[in-house]
Amino acid sequence: MKQSRSSLACAACAPWLGAALIGLLFLAAVSGSTVAVAQDAPPASDTPEASDTPKDSEAPAKPGEAAEKAPAPAEDTAAEDKADDKKLMRVYYLGKEYDEPLPLSYAEEIITDKGIQGARLMEKEANQAGNFIGYEFKLEEGIVPKDGDVVAKAKEALAAGHRFILADLEPDDLLAVADLPEAKNALILNIRSSATKLRQEECRRNVFHIIPDYAMRADALAQYLIWKKWPRWFVIRRDTEKDQDYLAQVKRSAARYGGKVVEDHVYDLPPGARNLDSGHQQIQTQMPMETESAPEHDVVWVINSDDDFGDYLMYRTYTPRPVVGTQGLQATAWDKSYTESGAMHFQNAIPRLADRKPVERDYTAWLGFRALADAAMKSGKVKPKDVKKYMLSEDFKLEAFKGQALSFRDWDQQMRQPIILGGGTRVPVSTSPQEGFLHQTNLTDTLGFDKPESKCKF
Amino acid sequence: MTRISLAGASAAALLLFAVPSHAETIFVSNEKDNTITVIDGETMETIKTVETARRPRGIVLSPDFKELFVAAGDGDIIDVVDTAKLEVVRTLESGPDPELMAVDSKGDIIYIANEDDSMVTVMNIASGDVLGEVPVGVEPEGMIVSPDDRYTAATSESTSMAHIIDNKTIKLVGNILVDSRPREAKFSKDMKELWVSSEIGGTVSVIDSSDWDNPQNWQVVKKISFEVPGLRPEQLQPVGMDFDEDHGRIFVPLGPANRVAVIDAKTKEVIDYVLVGQRPWHGEFSHDYKKYYVANGLTNDMTVIDTETLKAERSVPVGRLPWGVATMPGKPGE
Repeated sequence: MKQSRSSLACAACAPWLGAALIGLLFLAAVSGSTVAVAQDAPPASDTPEASDTPKDSEAPAKPGEAAEKAPAPAEDTAAEDKADDKKLMRVYYLGKEYDEPLPLSYAEEIITDKGIQGARLMEKEANQAGNFIGYEFKLEEGIVPKDGDVVAKAKEALAAGHRFILADLEPDDLLAVADLPEAKNALILNIRSSATKLRQEECRRNVFHIIPDYAMRADALAQYLIWKKWPRWFVIRRDTEKDQDYLAQVKRSAARYGGKVVEDHVYDLPPGARNLDSGHQQIQTQMPMETESAPEHDVVWVINSDDDFGDYLMYRTYTPRPVVGTQGLQATAWDKSYTESGAMHFQNAIPRLADRKPVERDYTAWLGFRALADAAMKSGKVKPKDVKKYMLSEDFKLEAFKGQALSFRDWDQQMRQPIILGGGTRVPVSTSPQEGFLHQTNLTDTLGFDKPESKCKF
Repeated sequence: MTRISLAGASAAALLLFAVPSHAETIFVSNEKDNTITVIDGETMETIKTVETARRPRGIVLSPDFKELFVAAGDGDIIDVVDTAKLEVVRTLESGPDPELMAVDSKGDIIYIANEDDSMVTVMNIASGDVLGEVPVGVEPEGMIVSPDDRYTAATSESTSMAHIIDNKTIKLVGNILVDSRPREAKFSKDMKELWVSSEIGGTVSVIDSSDWDNPQNWQVVKKISFEVPGLRPEQLQPVGMDFDEDHGRIFVPLGPANRVAVIDAKTKEVIDYVLVGQRPWHGEFSHDYKKYYVANGLTNDMTVIDTETLKAERSVPVGRLPWGVATMPGKPGE
């Protein structure tokens, strides 16, 4: 049955896929053994045209030879057309056990496997699809301890032939990996960092961004606040690098959409502010004091990436005002309350695997892997440069529970996507882009850096 | 919703029971109310609201119109409504999260998409015995039995495929990649084509199934896309598909476009777009094909389209989040 299914599956493929496989069978016949088409392309052949030249596909190395010669970092086995007609895609999850912000409430569980569970789910689902039409997907995990050397781990993975990398990394580590010479032809998918510089001055040709950046998040909230006619924003925040980045994007959104940051107030976290024992009494008096002197405002925009006070603001501000930002109403790629457009599938699937509810990074890891798998199966090609070309093409239309197809912006390789406004509410509040915020080509491009504003130069 | 499998049976039924041609009963499932609204096709008044298990979506009538099967996704069950009594008289243990179903032409076997389980369950309707389970892609939804009962086609939304099941062996015999998020599949009456709607891909794929004995050879030969001035491409999301074989047309509700596209079955070109309520997903023809009823998810109503003039002629209020539509000739109990 297995044998017949694989041949059936092949024949049931779209015409181009059938043609591609016939081509492979021919190659297999010629070389008389397993065909290892997927060789790492030399820099010169990194251009899209090169992938279509006959030369490219005429040079299959025999597996034995390839192993003996072992041109260590140059060999790319991330993609492989195997003898049994199956196409293999190997995906590498590269992460580091950074200190994650502790939940503000002791009652909330500390999650140490954010992201990887989403990737594991997609490995299962990608194979479920791939099995029918002759594809195989393999996930390998490389997560170093917090004092570990993630660049060394990346080199190891690249030397082992990996080219499809889900990067659960902070910006400095991400750039260090992306700038490795051997990573030049890799596809690195940023599933973790919202840092805007990674999409702007520090963008890289080999890095795609699955997770929305702070500019997209700020715009998503700003559109809603403007639609609500709540244009005056009192920013109260901490002062980490992430907080400063987010603040700059809130100011940008204000200028873009007619909002106003009436005050930017940095909150110095006094000792004893944690909501413990009699702590709530302190907080109850501190929060009104912190918000008392602010000019007239419609909402409080809290920026607190470390999650160490933001939630205290709700119901405790001097004047009764809603709270938005990193706490309160949040702009996010995934929310525990989101159920639309088939989202319950993901809401149910992660708990079965991980024994907990999905978080945003589970979704971005799942989505990054899904982008790779979908591009491979729809294009019929598994080599990194072909997958990349397809991901940036107009044919790439990814379904991911957002009610519209997701794709990539070619100017900074950021995934365009609607943003959920939720967090802290039992049902989502809204989804941006909001009605009335128009764009000439794609409404989701009203969120974040549009082409004319982009500082990204590949 | 199961126009094709019912088409022949309906003609037979008309002869057998000799019901007046204009008398008709319309069923609409209300996903958020956990009810089925039963509407008199002549007066367009609600005859009864039938309570069901949680989250009813797909509804389909038995070929003899005596039973209405209701897939109650959150109830993990199929409610069977007696169409004379208009109440749930028994249930079928469908397996988890049933979404859509198809019944063979004899009314013996029901094929159920278990959305959350990536499985198609094959069940004997009379006994409720599970005859087999077929693993398919992630999030199966669309289900249709071929007019000759030989195959069942299932679409998997997340995997973007149409899967072909051989009904004799209860095994997969073909898998066809289509555009993103396929929602429904329908065979043409002559069985030369299988149509699949792709909601997020924004297309309807026409698969050539003329090599009937070899589903592994079936291929997409045409993709129909949609265009409405003033609407963004991502709003044009084909979901349901209903064949009006007599007039060679296919009606396709387009979700957020708030329109039903009318496609010429031969040329495979869009003839017209009919403005209806908000977010239409599924519809059904009247038995004389003079009307098309479509459920509008966001406006909680059902639009009646005159198929001659291709104009929406009235809106009928139903429950919250209406999803599927089924039609039966005659009045309940007749």
